Amino acid sequence: MTTTDKQSPASVAADLQDERLIQREGIRGAVRGFATRVRSGDLGSLPVVVGLAIIWIIFQALNDNFLSPNNLVNLALQSAATGTIAIGVVLVLLVAQIDLSIGSISGLAAAILGVGLTQMNWPVWLAIVVALAVGAVIGLVYGLLFTRFGVPTFVITLAGLLAFLGLQLWVLGPNGSINLPYDSWIVQFATSMFLPPWLAYTLSGLAVLGLLGSDWMRDRRRSRAGLSTGSKSIMLIKAGLLLVVLVVTVWYLALDRGVGLMFLLFLVLVVVMNFFLVRTQWGRSVYAVGGNVEAARRAGIRVNRIYISVLMLGTLFATLGGLLASARLTSASLSSGGGDVNLLAIASAVIGGTSLFGGRGGAYSALLGIMVIQSISNGLTLLNLGSPVRYMITGAVLLLAVIIDSLSRRSRASHGQA
Amino acid sequence: MTMEATSVEQQPQSREPVLSMQGISKKFGAVQALTDIALDVYPGEVVAIVGDNGAGKSTLVKILAGVHPADSGTITYEGRRVAIPTPAASRALGIATVFQDLALCDNLDVVSNLFLGREIGDFTLDEEEMEKRSWALLRQLSAKIPSVRIAVASLSGGQRQTVAIARSLIGEPRVIILDEPTAALGVAQTAEVLNLIERLRERGHGVVLISHNMADVQAVADRVVVLRLGRNNGDFKVPDVSYEEIISAITGATDNAVTRRAGRTSGEAGDQ
Repeated sequence: MTTTDKQSPASVAADLQDERLIQREGIRGAVRGFATRVRSGDLGSLPVVVGLAIIWIIFQALNDNFLSPNNLVNLALQSAATGTIAIGVVLVLLVAQIDLSIGSISGLAAAILGVGLTQMNWPVWLAIVVALAVGAVIGLVYGLLFTRFGVPTFVITLAGLLAFLGLQLWVLGPNGSINLPYDSWIVQFATSMFLPPWLAYTLSGLAVLGLLGSDWMRDRRRSRAGLSTGSKSIMLIKAGLLLVVLVVTVWYLALDRGVGLMFLLFLVLVVVMNFFLVRTQWGRSVYAVGGNVEAARRAGIRVNRIYISVLMLGTLFATLGGLLASARLTSASLSSGGGDVNLLAIASAVIGGTSLFGGRGGAYSALLGIMVIQSISNGLTLLNLGSPVRYMITGAVLLLAVIIDSLSRRSRASHGQA
Repeated sequence: MTMEATSVEQQPQSREPVLSMQGISKKFGAVQALTDIALDVYPGEVVAIVGDNGAGKSTLVKILAGVHPADSGTITYEGRRVAIPTPAASRALGIATVFQDLALCDNLDVVSNLFLGREIGDFTLDEEEMEKRSWALLRQLSAKIPSVRIAVASLSGGQRQTVAIARSLIGEPRVIILDEPTAALGVAQTAEVLNLIERLRERGHGVVLISHNMADVQAVADRVVVLRLGRNNGDFKVPDVSYEEIISAITGATDNAVTRRAGRTSGEAGDQ
C-alpha cells in the first residue's frame, strides 16, 4: 500500500521517503534547488539584493562619494530610525492590516521627548518610558477598536494619523520646534556613539558562531528525530559568507567612524523580531492570522489577542523610531514624523518582500527595504537632487516592488504554490 | 496524544454507542429546523447522514460541533449526559469536526497546519518533534503527501482534505464529523478520501459523514441515517438497503416503513 516499502525506513530519513520527492543533496543540489525556486516565483529576497546592487552601482558611477566609508556610515545611521518603524509595519502587514499613523505617532514620540527633556526637565529614561507607554496605549486602543467594533484598521489609523498629528502640535506648544540638549545620552547615542573596531569584529564573530551553533543544534535535533539534515558543507559556506560580509562591512566602515550604535540597535531588533516570528507560537499565530483568519480562529488561536499584540508592537516600534529620529536630528519639531516618513516605512516593508495581503514576509524585509529606500534618498541628495525627484523616484521604486510582488504571486499560483 | 497503533485494540461495532443523541430539537425563529432527532454513533463505525437541502444535516452537525446548542433533547457521550455549548467544549469531549471549507492556512506548511493552535514546545517551537509526529500520523493514514515542509497551497484538493482530516486527529478524538469531504474533489481524490475514512474506522474512531453523494455513502458507510424536513426518516444498514430506498426516504416518496416497503416493491417509485 505505501510507496516506501522498497526502501528500509532506517536508512532514509522520515521526510525523504516519498519516491516522488526530488532529491537534492550537497552544494550542487542546493544551487539547483535555488534556481528552481526562483523560476517558480519563490523569489525570496533575491530581487531586493539585486536591486540594491544595481542602485549602488548606478550611484557610485554618478558620484564617487556614494560608496565612500563616510557616506556608508551616514547611510547606516539614516536607515536606523525609519527602519525601526518599518519593523512595526512588517508585523502589521503580516496580519493583513495596515497602520497609516506611524508617522504621526513617531512625531508625537519626538514631541514628548523634546518637551520632557527641555520643559519638564525629565531624565532621559523617563521621557523614553513615557513616549513608549503612550505608543503602547495608542496601539491598545487601535487593537480594541478593531477587535471590538470591527472598524477596518485602514480607517482607524487614518483617523489616528490626523488625531496624533494634532496631539503632536499640541504637545510641542506655540514654539513648534525644540532643540534637544546635545549632551543628553540619547542624542550622543544616535549621533556619535560607534562600536570600536575590536568590539565590532568580536560581535561579528559571535554572530557567525551563533548561526553555526543554531544550525548545528538543529541538525542534531533533526537526526535524533530521524529526519533529514542539511549538508555540512552548505552550513559552513553559509557561515563563511556571513563572516566575510560582516568582517568586510566592519572593516570598511571602520575606515571612517565605524558601526553606529543606533544601527546596531536596529539590527538587533530585526534579529530578535525574526526569532519571535519564526521560532515561537506567537509568531506562528501571526502568520496563521495573516494567511486565513477564520482557520486560525477555528484552530483555537485567540485571534483578537494576536491583532492587539501586533498593533501594539506596530505603534511601539513607531514610537521608538520617532525617538531615534529626533535624537539623530537633535530636535523635535512640527515636521518630525511628517512628510514621507509614513510612506517610506511602509514602502521599506513592501520593497523588502513583505506582502501587502498578509501572511508572507519577515523581519529581515525591514532591513533590506530600508537599505534600498535610504540608498536612493541618500544618493539623490549627493547628486544635489532635492525632494521633488526623491519623492518621484521612491514612488516609482515602491510601484516596482509591488509589481514584482504581484508577478511572483501569479507565478507561484501557476506553479501551484499560491 | 499517542499515535501508536490504536487501530487493533478496538473492535468495530461494539454495542455501546460512543455518542448518542435523543429527542434533539432546534428552532430558528419560526422555523423548526430539527424535531425529535435521534442519532447513535458507535466506535469503529461510519454513519452517513443524508438528506435534501434544508433537511437539517448541517444544523445537526453544528449542534455536535458546539456552534448552536440544541433547544431540547439529550446528548450522551461515553455514557455520560453532556452539554455542548461551545466549539471548545465539543473538542474537549473528543468530537472533531472537519468543515467543508477545511480551514487551512495556505501560507503555512503542512506541519504548521497540523499543529496550528496546538504547537509543541515550551517557549520555542519544537519543529523536529512536530515534524516527526506529522510523518507518523500521515503514514498511519497512508496519506500521499510528498513533503510536510511545503505550503498547503501547493497540495491537491484530496491532499488538502487529507491534511484537514489528519489535523482533526491530533487531539485523538473518538468521534470525527466530516462535512461533505468529497464535494469538491475529482475521481482519484475522492477515492483517496474514502480510503482515509475507512482507515479512520479501522483506527476505532466513530465517523459521521455528511454527503450528497450516494455512491460515496454506499461505498464507505456502515449505516445511513436519513433526515427529511428536520425529522428522522429512516435508519438503514448499508448492506441491506438499495440506492432507491435511500433516495425515496430522502425525497419523501416514503414517509414510513410501510410505504417504504411498498416503494421497494414498485421499483422506480422514488427515482426523482
